[in-house]
Amino acid sequence: MSVRRLAQVQPESFTFAPATLKRIKEVMGHFPPGRQQSAVIQALWLVQKQEGWVSEPAIRAVAELLGMATIRVLEVATFYTMFMLEPVGNVALIQVCGTTPCQTRGSEELLAVCQRRFGPSNHLTKDGKFYWQEVECMGACSNAPMAAINDYYYEDLTAESFEKLIDDFAAGKKPKPGSATKRQGAAPEGGPMTLVDPKLYDGSLAKKVKIPNLPGKPPKAAKAPA
Amino acid sequence: MVGILADKDRIFLNIYGVHDWGLEGAKNRGCWNGTADIVAQTPEWICDQIKASGLRGRGGAGFATGLKWTFMPKQESERPHYLLVNADESEPGACKDREILRHDPHLLIEGCLIACKAMRAHTAYIYIRGEYVHERERLLAAIKQAYDAKLIGKGNVHGWDCDVRVTHGGGAYICGDETALMESFEGKKGQPRLKPPFPAGAGIYGCPTTVNNVETIAVVGTILRRGAEWFAGFGTEKSTGTKLFAGSGHLNKPCVVEDAVGISVKQLIEDHFGGVRGGWSNLKAVIPGGISVRMIPADQCDEAIMTYEDLQARGSGLGTGTMIVFDKDADLVKAIARAAYFYKHESCGQCTPCREGTGWMWRVMERMVTGEAEMAEIDLLLDVASQVEGHTICGLGDAAAWPIQGLFRHFRHEVEERITQYRARPGSYAGASIAAE
Repeated sequence: MSVRRLAQVQPESFTFAPATLKRIKEVMGHFPPGRQQSAVIQALWLVQKQEGWVSEPAIRAVAELLGMATIRVLEVATFYTMFMLEPVGNVALIQVCGTTPCQTRGSEELLAVCQRRFGPSNHLTKDGKFYWQEVECMGACSNAPMAAINDYYYEDLTAESFEKLIDDFAAGKKPKPGSATKRQGAAPEGGPMTLVDPKLYDGSLAKKVKIPNLPGKPPKAAKAPA
Repeated sequence: MVGILADKDRIFLNIYGVHDWGLEGAKNRGCWNGTADIVAQTPEWICDQIKASGLRGRGGAGFATGLKWTFMPKQESERPHYLLVNADESEPGACKDREILRHDPHLLIEGCLIACKAMRAHTAYIYIRGEYVHERERLLAAIKQAYDAKLIGKGNVHGWDCDVRVTHGGGAYICGDETALMESFEGKKGQPRLKPPFPAGAGIYGCPTTVNNVETIAVVGTILRRGAEWFAGFGTEKSTGTKLFAGSGHLNKPCVVEDAVGISVKQLIEDHFGGVRGGWSNLKAVIPGGISVRMIPADQCDEAIMTYEDLQARGSGLGTGTMIVFDKDADLVKAIARAAYFYKHESCGQCTPCREGTGWMWRVMERMVTGEAEMAEIDLLLDVASQVEGHTICGLGDAAAWPIQGLFRHFRHEVEERITQYRARPGSYAGASIAAE
């Protein structure tokens, strides 16, 4: 369990940007009437996209919008570790995966880079540009070690390529997410060794197939009720 | 041929994202082909075919999928039925569903439609982990394509109304548990529910719900297109079909690959993952199914095969089929201590044995890494692990105990040596700390 608290200093108020509000209303419509609470995680996420973090007034605003008790939204915001409860860097939020598969492939070197450049984790740097933290498994283990920077995955990193990446962000560039070694997705280094048969992609699989094992005649009862 | 599966028998034809992920590309690779004929069948026929294929849940537990679907009520009532797809892939080592979500999303969407028909549901929700932002964008784009082409939605060309919606989590491993997933889906903290009631009776919003893994749903279309016996022809009697495997850790070429269930651990590593760093003889241990199964030492890896029953007989498990490999230079104690920290971080705090136990086990493991621990603490740790295991609502308590038990089953001598060495270092004698003051 991780203990998470709201930031000491909170803004006076929070207002939804029109685009945020539109998207929240849209996802609320994906759930049955009266079940709009299901949209709370998505709503908090959209708030975080707008502000960079989730403030106390924002939690109240979300509660009001979804018709929930504030404490229920507060519970959700503090339970789920993806919600940042204090301001993060305006240039980059760097989340380095430190769990075992990444650790075996050198994530400790990446963590050391962050420590050296930005100081202790979970703190905003003095210039307000960076915020870094060690996170648990991000689900990109075959491309370890990796870091998520501003939500997108940068994979197959080394200390050098990671430093370069941070330099690029600091210089105001937007490096392309993905493998630092230019690997094709999660294919083995050097290119895929399977899926090389050209017949798979020549359109022959799109020809009408006869479904095997069908019963003599599809019974009428199988028709969908409108 | 690399591995034991020919290219023509693969299900995921764009797992590396070389080709078009969109609707046109997917159709060209055979997706959405004959779907109308499948959806026109009765739910019983679909369930029987999936049963005959021997498909087992790919999310780790390995429950028979066709059987699970038949648990849903046979009649529609005022309580609608739901399919909830578990795309909350957070198990350390597992990174297979991600490749489906971002590179072959239409297989998943097609599977949702067919599975909905099989359990008389008209809504499928895909709960994707919050960190998969790119994957979510891709999936949403693919779903929009399917809606625009009238493949899903109300009044679609397949004749079974089916909405497919995406929702996401907020970075909690526990939400991979099906009941925690349902709580989180409803907009609450992801704390698992007691079973019974089982989800097929009362799931999300108290309605009949089935929770399936992404890979399980994504293979359904191809199984029915090619025939249950085709799928059942791979693997062993109890572990059939093809499956995505992923490799991470000390491998020359870690990657994600599809192969037949039943491939040997050695062939999987040597053929697909480029071998162990430093050669096969440099192998120390393998965790074959994501970090929450027990490890198997190198001497068993020559014969071990990737099936549910073989790995279970070795005290481990197939889990998600995503292996973590350690070579002889690896510090296994440290690796498992890090895993213990992971469980401490991810425990939801609901059950006392897990909330307190995971933190306690992690702290002791950290002292085992340096050798500071007492020798007697090894047995104490194993005792605590067995007290956590099986005494919690969900499986996280078990999952936290198993890696530690696996370590001590095979490598206890390493920890003992470490403790002995720490005690033998100069200046280490009883009362040293008092003398220093």
